[in-house]
Amino acid sequence: MAAPLTLLLIVAVTIRAVLFRSSLAELISARVEVVSPLNAWKRVVEGLALLDLGVSPYSGDVFHETPLMIYLFHFTVDYAEIVFIVSAYFFRKQKYALESDRYSADCLELLRSPKEMFYIPLKVAMFYLLNPFTILSCVAKSTCGLNNAIIALFIFCTLKGSALLSGILLALATYQSIYPLTLFAPALLFFLQRLYIPVNLRRSSFWFFTLQYAFMYVGSLVVITGLSFFLLGSWDFIPSVYGFIFSVPDLTPNIGLFWYFFAEMFEHFRLFFSCVFQFNVFFYTIPLSIKLKEHPVFLIFMQIAIISIFKSYPTVGDVALYMAFLPAWSHLYRFLRNIFLVSCVLLACSALFPVLWHLWIYAGSANSNFYYAITLLFNFGQVKVFTTTWLTNCEWKNRWRNKVSLFINLY
Amino acid sequence: MGLLSDPNRRKALTGLLTRLNTPICIVCYLAGIVWFMGLAFEPFTLRTYMSENAMGSTMVEERFSSGERALSLAKEFDPPSACCGLNGMPVEWLVKAMQSRGLEVFTQSFSRKLPFPDENKERYMVRGTNVYGILRAPRAPRTEALVITAPCSPGNTNNQAVALLLALAQYFRNQIYWAKDIIFLVNEHDLIGTQAWLEGYHHTNITGMEYSPLQGRAGSIQAALSLELSSDVITSLDLVLEGLNGQLPNLDLANLFYAFCQKLGVLCTIQGKLQRNDWDTAEGYTHAAQTMMLMVLKQACGRSWGDHGLFLRYHIEAASVRGINSFRHYKTDATTIGRLLEGMVRKLNNLLERLHQSYFFYLLPSLSRFVSIGYYMPAFGLLAVILLLRALDLWVHLGAPALAAVDGVTEPSSPGVLTVLTPVVISHLTGVALYLLPVHLQEMAVEHFPVSETEAVVLTAIAIYTAGLALPHNTQRLLSGEGTEQGWKVLKLTALLYLAVLLGCTALINFSLGFILAVTLVPITASITPHMPKALYAVVMVLLSPAFTILYCVFIYQELIEAPVSVSEGWMLFLSVISQGILDHALYGSLVYPLLALFIYPCWLMFWNILFWN
Repeated sequence: MAAPLTLLLIVAVTIRAVLFRSSLAELISARVEVVSPLNAWKRVVEGLALLDLGVSPYSGDVFHETPLMIYLFHFTVDYAEIVFIVSAYFFRKQKYALESDRYSADCLELLRSPKEMFYIPLKVAMFYLLNPFTILSCVAKSTCGLNNAIIALFIFCTLKGSALLSGILLALATYQSIYPLTLFAPALLFFLQRLYIPVNLRRSSFWFFTLQYAFMYVGSLVVITGLSFFLLGSWDFIPSVYGFIFSVPDLTPNIGLFWYFFAEMFEHFRLFFSCVFQFNVFFYTIPLSIKLKEHPVFLIFMQIAIISIFKSYPTVGDVALYMAFLPAWSHLYRFLRNIFLVSCVLLACSALFPVLWHLWIYAGSANSNFYYAITLLFNFGQVKVFTTTWLTNCEWKNRWRNKVSLFINLY
Repeated sequence: MGLLSDPNRRKALTGLLTRLNTPICIVCYLAGIVWFMGLAFEPFTLRTYMSENAMGSTMVEERFSSGERALSLAKEFDPPSACCGLNGMPVEWLVKAMQSRGLEVFTQSFSRKLPFPDENKERYMVRGTNVYGILRAPRAPRTEALVITAPCSPGNTNNQAVALLLALAQYFRNQIYWAKDIIFLVNEHDLIGTQAWLEGYHHTNITGMEYSPLQGRAGSIQAALSLELSSDVITSLDLVLEGLNGQLPNLDLANLFYAFCQKLGVLCTIQGKLQRNDWDTAEGYTHAAQTMMLMVLKQACGRSWGDHGLFLRYHIEAASVRGINSFRHYKTDATTIGRLLEGMVRKLNNLLERLHQSYFFYLLPSLSRFVSIGYYMPAFGLLAVILLLRALDLWVHLGAPALAAVDGVTEPSSPGVLTVLTPVVISHLTGVALYLLPVHLQEMAVEHFPVSETEAVVLTAIAIYTAGLALPHNTQRLLSGEGTEQGWKVLKLTALLYLAVLLGCTALINFSLGFILAVTLVPITASITPHMPKALYAVVMVLLSPAFTILYCVFIYQELIEAPVSVSEGWMLFLSVISQGILDHALYGSLVYPLLALFIYPCWLMFWNILFWN
C-alpha cells in the first residue's frame, strides 16, 4: 500500500513541478475555468501587496479571499502553496484508509472482494492527484486547492470520530466559502450513528449531542471570525467575501450557471434571482438528509457535488473534489446507468471550453451563447453523475435490504 | 430522460444501436456526404442580406474621380524610377507622396529570419519597411480607425494599388465626414510586413519578429481592406475572405462588397468564379459546388490567402479585394475601383460598433448565396456521430462479459491500462518528433545529404511520418505481452472518443478542416479491427492517412482552379504545401501543422496500432 502511494505521490508532484516551470503555468492561471474571482492567485498577490502597503486588502474590488488566508500567505513564500496542497493529499488518503475499514464491516457481503476495498484509498488518492482538473487548479495556484484540503481534513476528522476537530474544520471551511455550511447535517448524522444515538426529535440524548456539536461549530466559527477582525482591525471582509459570494457581482464567465443568467437579467430582478439560485445549494440538504440519514458519508459526497454545481463561482477544482469520491462508491459502478454518455459529455465539454472561449474572446466569431451552452451541458453532465449515483445508491440499498441476489444483470 | 433512465427502454435502445450499428454508420456517412454536397444547391441556401443597420439603410454617394491621376501616379511609381523589384520598396518616395497629400506619415522597419528558406517566394532573411499614413478624423474623437492596405512586395507589381491608395488618400483628405481615422498602409513582403505592423500596432510579439515600434497610432481598428491590383487592365474584382486558421470576416463585409459591385456594375467573383444564374441545370449546380469546394479547401489549409487574413486574429474584420485580368471585353477603370473602395470605406465609417450582426461561420457557393453554420454543421455531425456510435458499440461489447462474470474475477481492466497507455504515449511522442525535428534537424540533414534546407525539412517530416508506421511492432516488443482482445477494444474505444473530440473541436474552429479530415479518417477508423486482412487494410489505411489527404486536396484544388497537374508536378506541389504549412506556423502562428502533427497523426497511429494488434 505504501509503495504505490509513494509512487503516485512522486508522479503527481513531478507533473505539477514540471508544469509550474513550463510556460503553460501562466496560460493556465488565466483560464476562467480554473480560477474564479474568489481564488485567483493574481488577486491574492494583489491583496498581499495592499496589505504590505498598510491599506486594507478589501479596499479595492479585487481581493475576495478571507483574512486568515491572506495572513497565511503573508508568512509563506509563493511555492509554499504546492507544499500545502501536497500535504493535504496525505490526509485524504488516510481518510479513506479509515473509511475502508468502516465499509468492509458494513457491507462486506455486497462487495466484490475485500481486496478491492483495500485499493479504495489508493484509487481515491489517484483520482484526486492525477485528475487533470486538480492538476490545472494546482498549477494555477488557485486557493481552491486549500479549500479542498480543509474539506478533506474535515471529512477525515469526522470519520475518525473526533467531534471537536471536525467542528473546528467545518467552521474553517464555512469561513472560507460559506457553502460547506451544508455539510453540518451529514457530519452530525455521522456522529449520531457512530454513537448509536437514534435520530429522534423526542430523545434528549439527540438534542444534547446536536447542541454540543452545534456549539463546537458555531463557537469556532465565532472565534475564527473574531480572529479575522482582530487581525484586520475592521469588518471589511464580511461584505467583500461573503457579500461577494452571495450577491454575485462579478460576472466573469466560468463553468457555473450564474454568470450568463445574471448578465442577461434586468437589474431589479437581481435580488430575487440571486436568492433563488443560492437557495438551490442549501435547500437540497433537507430532503437529502432525510432520505440518506443512514448513509452520512454518501450524503457528504452528495452535498459536495451539489455545492460544486450550484455555487456562485465554481472552478474545476471543486469538480475534482467530488469526483475524487467516486471510487469510494465503486461497488455501485456495475449498476450505474448512462455512465458512458455522462463521461462522453464531461470529456467533450472539457475540451470544448477552451475552444469556444477562443472563438468567443479571441476570434470574436462566436458569442457568449456558445460558451454558456457548453457550461449548461457540462452541468447537465454533473447533475447526471449526481443523480445516477444517487439513484443507484437507492436501488442498491433496496436490493441489499430485500436480500435480492446481486447477480441480476441490471445493465 | 425517461428513455435513458428506464432500464428496459434503454436496453432496447442500446440493443437497437448495437445490432444495427454498421448499417446506421454507413447511412450516416453517406447522408453526411450528400448533405454536404447538397449545400451548394441553390434552393437549400440563403440569399445574402445586409444585417448591419448602419451600413444597410444609409445612403452614400461616390464621387471619387481621380482614377486617371492614379494611373499616372502608378507610372511614376513604376520601375525604373522607384522600383519594387530591385532595392525593395521606395520608402522615401512613398513618405513624400503621402506627406504631400496631408497625411501623418510614419515608417516601421522590421526584419525576420525564416526558420528555413522559402523557395516559393525566394526569401530567407527578410528585411523591410512598412510605410503608413494616418488621416485623422475631423468629426470624431479619433478612437476608432479603418485600414486600407496595399502590399508592395518585390517581384509583384502592385503599383496600381499603391497609386490608387494615394489617390484615394488625396481625395479622402478633402472630405469632412470622416468619423474614424483612416490608415493607409503600404506594407513590404506581404504577410510578413502586415504581421510586423499589426504586432507593432497592438504591442504584441507572438512570432518572434523583430520590428521597430510604431511612432504613430490611431484608434482601435474596426475594419480593414486590402487592395491588390496585379495587372494594368482589370476586368473583374475578386473577393478573398479566407484568413489565418480558416477564420472568416463577418459576412456583412462580403455583402458590402457585393452591394457596391452591383451598384457600380463591376464584375465581381469569389474564388475567381463568376456567379451563374442557372442553378437548376447540372452545370449551374456543378459551378456552385466547385466554388464552395474551393472555399472549403482554401479554408481548410488554414493559411492566410491575402493580407487581410492576419487582421482577423486581432478581431478586425478584413477582406482582400483583388483585381483580376481575365481577358474579357468588359474592363473596369481605376475610377470605378476607387469609387467602390470609397463607398465601402464610407459605409464602414458609418459603423457605430464593430461588425457583428451577420454571420461569422458560413460557406459561400456564390457571392449572393451563403450557407450558415446551422446548415453545414449537420454534415459534420453525421460523420462525427459514427465515431460515437462505434464507441458505444465497443462499450457495450466490453461491458457485456464483465457483467457476465460479475462475481469477482478481476482480469479484464487492470492489465488494460498499460497496454492502452503505451501505444497512446508512443504515438504522441512520434507526433512530437514530427512537430519538432524537421526544423531542428535541417542543418544536420543538409550536412549529410545533398539537399537544400527546404527539401531537408520536408523530407525529414515525410521520413518521420513514414517511420511512425513501423511503430506497432516496436510497441509490441516493448510490451512483451500478448495483446488481448480486451486490450484492442479498449484502445479503440479511447482512440474513437479521442478522434471524435478532436474533430469536433477542429470543426468548430475551422469547419472545412474538420470536415475534410472526418471524410477521410472516419470510415477507416470506424471499421478497423485486428482481424482484417492486414496487407489490404494497411494499404487502405495509408491511403486514407492525413498526409494522403493533403495530397488529394492538392490535386482537387488544382483541378478546381482549372490548372490540372501531372503526378510529378502534384508531388512537387505537395512538398511545397508541406513546407508552406511549416512556414506558416513559424511565421504567422497557423495552427494546422501542429494540429496535424501533434494530434491527428498520433490519433491515426493509434488506429494503425490496432490493425497490427496481436
